[in-house]
Amino acid sequence: MSQEILNLTCKQLRDSIAKGDVKSSDAVSAVFERIEKYDTRIGAFLSTFKTEALTQAGKVDEKIAKGQSVGALAGVPIAVKDNMCTTFGPTSCASKILENFHSPYNATVIEKLLAADAVIIGKTNLDEFAMGSSTENSGLKKTVNPWDKDRVPGGSSGGSAAAVAAQMCFAAMGSDTGGSIRQPASFCGVAGLKPTYGRVSRYGLVAYGSSLDQIGPLTKNIEDCALMLNVIAGHDEKDSTSVDETTAFLCDFLSGANKEVKDLKIAVVPQLFEGADEQVIQSIKDAIEVYKKLGAQIIEIQMPHFEYAIAAYYLIATAEASSNLARYDGVHYGHRTKNAGDYIEVYTKSRAEAFGTEVKRRIMLGTYALSSGYYDAYYLKALKVRNLIRGDFTAAFEKTDCIIMPTSPTTAFKIGEKTADPLQMYLADVYTIAANLAGIPAISIPCGFDKNNLPIGLQIIAPAFGEKKLLQIARMFESQTDFHKKNPQL
Amino acid sequence: MTDSDYKIIVGLEIHVQLATRTKMFCGCELAFAEDPNSRVCPTCLGLPGALPVMNAQAVEFAILTATALNCKIAEFTKWDRKSYYYPDLPKNYQISQYDLPIGSNGFIEIPLSDGQTKKIRILRVHLEEDAGKNVHTSGNFSQVDLNRAGTPLLEIVTEPDMNSAEEVRALAIELQRIVRFLGVSQADMQKGHMRFEPNVNLHIERGGSTSKTPITEVKNLNSFKALEKSVAFEAVRQFDEFLDTGICLQSGNKKTFGWDDVKEVTVLQREKEEAHDYRYFPDPDLVPVVVNEEWLERIKTKLCELPLKMQSRFISEYGLSDYDAGVLTTDKEMAKYFDDTVKTGADAKRVCNLITQTGIKIANEKGCGVAQLGIEPTRLAALAKITDDGKISATAAVTVFEKMLESKDSPDKIAQQLDLLQRSDEGELEKIVDEVITANAQAVEDVKSGGKKSKKAHGFLMGQVMQKSKGKANPQIVAKILGSKLGS
Amino acid sequence: MAQNKIDIEQVKQVAKLARLDLTEAEISQFTTQLGAILEYVEKLNQLDTSKVEPLAHCLPINNCLRADEVKESLGTDKTVTNAPQTDGRFFLVPRILEESGGF
Ligand SMILES: [Mg+2]
Ligand SMILES: [Zn+2]
Repeated sequence: MSQEILNLTCKQLRDSIAKGDVKSSDAVSAVFERIEKYDTRIGAFLSTFKTEALTQAGKVDEKIAKGQSVGALAGVPIAVKDNMCTTFGPTSCASKILENFHSPYNATVIEKLLAADAVIIGKTNLDEFAMGSSTENSGLKKTVNPWDKDRVPGGSSGGSAAAVAAQMCFAAMGSDTGGSIRQPASFCGVAGLKPTYGRVSRYGLVAYGSSLDQIGPLTKNIEDCALMLNVIAGHDEKDSTSVDETTAFLCDFLSGANKEVKDLKIAVVPQLFEGADEQVIQSIKDAIEVYKKLGAQIIEIQMPHFEYAIAAYYLIATAEASSNLARYDGVHYGHRTKNAGDYIEVYTKSRAEAFGTEVKRRIMLGTYALSSGYYDAYYLKALKVRNLIRGDFTAAFEKTDCIIMPTSPTTAFKIGEKTADPLQMYLADVYTIAANLAGIPAISIPCGFDKNNLPIGLQIIAPAFGEKKLLQIARMFESQTDFHKKNPQL
Repeated sequence: MTDSDYKIIVGLEIHVQLATRTKMFCGCELAFAEDPNSRVCPTCLGLPGALPVMNAQAVEFAILTATALNCKIAEFTKWDRKSYYYPDLPKNYQISQYDLPIGSNGFIEIPLSDGQTKKIRILRVHLEEDAGKNVHTSGNFSQVDLNRAGTPLLEIVTEPDMNSAEEVRALAIELQRIVRFLGVSQADMQKGHMRFEPNVNLHIERGGSTSKTPITEVKNLNSFKALEKSVAFEAVRQFDEFLDTGICLQSGNKKTFGWDDVKEVTVLQREKEEAHDYRYFPDPDLVPVVVNEEWLERIKTKLCELPLKMQSRFISEYGLSDYDAGVLTTDKEMAKYFDDTVKTGADAKRVCNLITQTGIKIANEKGCGVAQLGIEPTRLAALAKITDDGKISATAAVTVFEKMLESKDSPDKIAQQLDLLQRSDEGELEKIVDEVITANAQAVEDVKSGGKKSKKAHGFLMGQVMQKSKGKANPQIVAKILGSKLGS
Repeated sequence: MAQNKIDIEQVKQVAKLARLDLTEAEISQFTTQLGAILEYVEKLNQLDTSKVEPLAHCLPINNCLRADEVKESLGTDKTVTNAPQTDGRFFLVPRILEESGGF
């Protein structure tokens, strides 16, 4: 019974619970059984809330028994990345500097999940403050890839991706600043959506690069992506950068209307096939064939500024991060050094003791990029190149509905393989970063496995606020393949 | 030193606290002297994940003030982060405006002591959030209170156009009146609603050439007195220092001083201008502000006649003294109350006296404004009129004024009820005068002698008549009768 | 190899600005690594951006304003609850002697 429940998607589970066929408390028990059995090895969770989750599940079951109406995620066990503020449990960002921090407020996304009657079962591991591509930068815990425990789950939403892949939850929330939802989704063989910047409120998402950060779901399939997005999207008066765009279209997506995109045009960027692993390229080529069979027209486009995305990103994101992370100073909350002689040392020592190396490195780079004498050469230059990159996309979307490319140039790499050289680690973000710089939506979906049986991800990128079409295009592929149905042997 | 002469050059940076209900970027109520850290939320505490949303009222107040200060209003402005670490600044950056202030290139007209006015150019007007407060009371610790953190501030920066401590003071007072007239700030100095930072240096003429002294900035002055005195002190100190050292203005030799309120001296805080690196960059959590024509017009409807203009009108139209006109225009409601009263036909000077001598005192006791005492302009005008007509004495007018606070009766009727109407019946008054003359032969003698004692004796006799009439005799008529009887 | 884009003294200065008390080992490591990253980002200079506007934000929106309405504050207890050092009313820090650097 419990394995049967675990094999359901969010949508299926929610509908079964709402009909009274499955009890939410059984679903919660099933995931905790799984967590208790496997998470000591996977390390996806930083904290779990079994008692509270069972209580919440009981309430949903009771509502249903009484015939009351329930929300879109009624009784569905969901995990959230531990950089979203919750009044329950710690909000650590996987950093020693916030190890004992308890938020007095909930992120808007958390409020929305709760309002949809979701059951939040725990908070997942990440690279400290979401800075990383492997979750190896977590200051608190190691997470491994469920498909191969010697490999990384990707990052920074590595805990969320691993939890979904290992069936320790039905969906998870992640955040994506430069690929942090899509790349771990690709490494762990699940779907991961980065919505348009401004689509989902950032209120309560602990900031890394504020002009790039966006919350999104990691799920078992595309329909669940749509379901989750439908719950969390929309303007929030607490976030000035959230946009008042309708989300109603997702409802007809869920109802099954408009399944297919007519006269679908898909663009590929030939130059981008160069740097990736052979098997990754092959899977993308296979995916193109799938679309061709569905009648899509494949066109080739140029993205002349794409190759500058990493350089621009690592200046902009770190500049913003250096400012966003200035608040962790040991004065108002978080870790304080025991060795401060004066108040300045409260700052310098608390920060030096509790931030991990990657966080320090990015704060240093960002501080330098903004500092007097270097601002124009680095930060401002990067903002201008950002505009050129957005221009590439604007031009492209005049010719095509979407652009497809790999999510990552490789499949999941070995733990420790890239930690010695930060620049090499940054370069692996080559495919994901541009969408963040341009603020446009992108999704990663499973599209194959390499010879080590490691999942490969296909990335689809669409114009701003084009999530509906993006999800339709993704589902067209999903309907022809069963990569998304495979689960790792734990 | 007779062979050298100097001119003081002063520019001012002023922070004005806006009179919004809530903070600049969050809904915390602005409140004075609350429990420490009681008016704090995730946003103004700088908690992880919390975000700012701008207060529309603060933006409109800023635009209104900048307009009144004759500034060009930016069509497009944005928010920038200014980074520095200090315990009262929870995010360790201040949200401010850097390269695109909401207003720029304006001027303010200030009154000078000779009755002339002077234009002081305004470089920029921008909005920003205030920091909290560090309290250094006891022991090895400083206490941090964030109630003030996030309070909307308008920063106004003038060009170095002031040339005396008096001009600096005049500008500060003028600005206080303006922001009060506009209703954008209570500008209560005691509550720290206005804080000043003068930048001072001297141009010294000696032997046909001009030397400039290094600029000093005096930080965080919160009274007109401290502002004026610190500028005067700096001028003397800089002149002495120049005579001692001969050091001139160079880039990088700006010093920062504090003000010791007790010793009334400036105190050096930073020897060299520290290499501050504020790392300004656009705040990614906020979107730009675009001020279109329609919005600007809507804000401009809240403009009003400004105090200096009103003051000169009161002088030219109503013949008030500069001083009286100045007192009446410290407060917009009072000025309007005065204006409305006079416009019903009452004598301006009489109304002014009633307001400034009686009204303000009573209003202060009641803790409200003169205009809120409940005496309508028409009734105040009626009181002025019966006083002017000699129906009641100036002293009695005070009593009637007080009674009018509780009674809706006309001043005339109140005077009657209180038996305060003056006697102007010459026959009746003559009788009293005669009695007084008979009873005070010595005084009569003194008046008639016209000597040194004459004036005093005359006053004594007047007093006797007033006393006998229980204060109701019309003094002008009594004086006339006395004069004719005694030939004085 | 060309001269490193950043030297030890600059790294120390940046660490001071960022309020990070780095060890000598970290300083030397960051000097090398930041040098390599800055070398890499040099590639941006291949692009002529003299006629390009900086893009700080992708959003098509402005004037997101809030009505001046009071919302509930946390209150003193909740405000100082996460403080590493507090007397229950204030945040406490080692006594501050100098003045603020801001405003
Ligand atoms: Mg300022
Ligand atoms: Zn607040």
